[in-house]
Amino acid sequence: MNLVLTWLTDPAHWAGEDGVPHRILEHLTYSAVALVIAAIIAIPLGLYVGHTGRGKFLVVNVAGAARAIPSLGLLFIMVLLLGPRLSGDAAFVVPCLVVLAVLAVPPILAGAYAGVEEVDASARDAAKGMGMRGLQVLLEVELPCALPLIFSGLRSATLQVVATATIAATVGLGGLGRLLIDGLAVRDFGQMAAGAVLVAALALAVDLIFALVQRYAVSAGLTGRRTASRRSRPKASADSTLITIS
Amino acid sequence: MIRFDSVSKEYPDGTVAVGGLEMTAPTGKITVLVGPSGCGKTTSLRMINRMIEPTSGRIWIDDRDTTTMDAAELRRGIGYVIQQAGLFPHRTVAANIATVPMLLGWDRKKARARALELLERVGLPTSFADRYPSQLSGGQQQRVGVARALAADPPVMLMDEPFSAVDPVVRDQLQDEFLRLQGDLGKTIVFVTHDIDEAIKLGDQVAVLRVGGKLAQIAEPARLLGHPVDDFVADFVGRDRGYRGLGFQRAPKLPLAAETTARLGDSAEQVRAAAGTEPWTLVVDEGRRPLGWVNTEQVAGTVSSEVLHRGGTVASTNGTLRNLLDAALSSPARRGVVVDEDGTFAGTVLAHQVLDAIESERAAAAAAQPAGSAAR
Amino acid sequence: MSWSIDHLPAVLSLIGRHVYLAGLPLLLGLLIAVPLGWLARRYRVLYPLLIAGTGLLYTIPSLALFILMPIFIGTRILDPVNVVVAMTIYTVALLVRTVADGLGAVPDSVNQAATAMGFGRVRRLFMVELPLAVPVISAGLRVAAVSNVSIVSVAAIIGVPQLGSLFTDGFRRNFMEPILVGVIACVLLALVFDLAIIAGTRLITPWQRTRRAA
Repeated sequence: MNLVLTWLTDPAHWAGEDGVPHRILEHLTYSAVALVIAAIIAIPLGLYVGHTGRGKFLVVNVAGAARAIPSLGLLFIMVLLLGPRLSGDAAFVVPCLVVLAVLAVPPILAGAYAGVEEVDASARDAAKGMGMRGLQVLLEVELPCALPLIFSGLRSATLQVVATATIAATVGLGGLGRLLIDGLAVRDFGQMAAGAVLVAALALAVDLIFALVQRYAVSAGLTGRRTASRRSRPKASADSTLITIS
Repeated sequence: MIRFDSVSKEYPDGTVAVGGLEMTAPTGKITVLVGPSGCGKTTSLRMINRMIEPTSGRIWIDDRDTTTMDAAELRRGIGYVIQQAGLFPHRTVAANIATVPMLLGWDRKKARARALELLERVGLPTSFADRYPSQLSGGQQQRVGVARALAADPPVMLMDEPFSAVDPVVRDQLQDEFLRLQGDLGKTIVFVTHDIDEAIKLGDQVAVLRVGGKLAQIAEPARLLGHPVDDFVADFVGRDRGYRGLGFQRAPKLPLAAETTARLGDSAEQVRAAAGTEPWTLVVDEGRRPLGWVNTEQVAGTVSSEVLHRGGTVASTNGTLRNLLDAALSSPARRGVVVDEDGTFAGTVLAHQVLDAIESERAAAAAAQPAGSAAR
Repeated sequence: MSWSIDHLPAVLSLIGRHVYLAGLPLLLGLLIAVPLGWLARRYRVLYPLLIAGTGLLYTIPSLALFILMPIFIGTRILDPVNVVVAMTIYTVALLVRTVADGLGAVPDSVNQAATAMGFGRVRRLFMVELPLAVPVISAGLRVAAVSNVSIVSVAAIIGVPQLGSLFTDGFRRNFMEPILVGVIACVLLALVFDLAIIAGTRLITPWQRTRRAA
């Protein structure tokens, strides 16, 4: 712990291109761009599958398989494949974003899909019975009711992406992974430990922001003190849901 | 008026849910569909608002063929209440009720005002408007469900076992209030239940369906009890048909006997002196409303609330034969208590008087009808 | 393809290492997570603490955990034990919540019936609650298995041999085939783990089979 504190409190480590603030910014940029790409793909797809029930088998299995792909291997494949076709930093940044997005899609997809599927059947029936059209049912009933699980999927994806974005450093990019890779090269345990602490702290900080957004975005009717249901539902985490249904 | 014109629903696997249903639900009346599970009653109901599309046949609402209408438009004009209420958990009670008005493009203020009005209509305080469904009991949620179905004042209402998920006491209450509400509104209602007692209580006419979606009998409740067409209907309608049928016959004006009455606080001596040899004395309150019977021989000290026998039911002069007979049968004094419309004590009757009245009514009815028709 | 054929024995040995490094932590993690999950359920104050605490572990980058492990447990940097312990930590992080939720999903009526028939707390846990929680726990175990197989490959960066070594090796030599072979082997291995857990679950929960068949 002392090593970490000594490293972190050294002002030299906080300035310039190699400084912590710049590394955090790089780390956040990779993570955020990858998450946005993943969300743009996974949320509409999950909503569609949940709403129509179509393609469920395919989506569940593709997402399950995507989870099994080792990020490091995929990163190297992408760099070898795409690198020669791209110039400058893009040769490494694009592969890195692809890998992180592939990592983020399954939990987000599972959350969106399970969120819609778990909407109370009677609420959906009532919505149709009162004359809502398909898109109205989706946007006015299913989506708002699915938000808790969509957020759960997003947050799970975020934790994984922020922790995994460290591998960008293995192909020479920036981010907090640099502290780990460079530290490993020179056996500087203080720097590596500081890197680990910073990544974990960053993941928690981002998760906290999501928690605040979630509190604001999700209707109190869904989160309100439901003292009656003390037993938490086993499906509540999007992570286990995908597997349960596959 | 809703008319089923040889409507069938067959699923791809060959199951016939509804087979050639011919039926009419008259305007302003409650038509109850009842039958065992698998009889296609819910399927029939859901074909009216096209939540399920019939395989063949047509359903007409007044003179419009529902299959030619846009399904969503059709549904906005039909109130829909389902078993689990199906409230939107993410919306407040008021927003739930305002769903159809908002779909129809009402402005927000008008929709909210309507929602508040309906909350009162279904017997909930307007302070519930900004609560969420999860903060309500099952019975309250179901009331909101009814309010939501009424929001755009649709002429037709479909109700799919709306009261079966709540406990019996609340169910009874909801049924009574539903009848009161219908008395005011006069909607054309199709109501599905598996509970024959609920069907008999609520229906202006009751359609009994058998498995496979065939109509076994459609009739007014009294006729269903009195003249089930076959063993299936008789079985389904259940025991005590003769007795329950009395519930649909107005009590005739019978000569009522006077009673010596006592008040709470009277001394035992006063009561015994007034009663003579009669073992039971009726106790009434200041407004001469009956409170219960007191045993003249056993009472000691003063007549208090604790010593009253409260087992007897009370019949009203404008009640049914069933109420009247029950009052006589349940009274410890063997004399059934009858009250006027305002609840004040009117007099007592004996069971044999009621039975004599039933006998003479039946004789008169038999004489008025040609022999043989009763069997149909 | 020629590379794969030439190096088949080496690849098979790497697969063996990978199975060990990803599989052993699954068993250890399960053994640790069950009592922790039970504690989280039994003492409600502990629930948020344990869930948040173990969740926190999951945010530590795997590379960092591999590297720093020797500092905490006094092993050598290249010792595979580092990887086993780190992976066990991740497994526990994923499973505590699942075990707690799985135990929580056992219907109250069943627990009360068991208590009423005279089951003690421990007997009830092992004979009633845990068996009924198996499907939920198994779902969590499948997530952990797939995730473990993927994460272990990162250990190649610190030089612990397993399928991930094919990634670093291929990348260093700018040679695609070993990387592809490694990725495919990883995915297949994850699939095998997954199927093994499904099969095991079916074996010990016959009531689930009959219900589904009915």
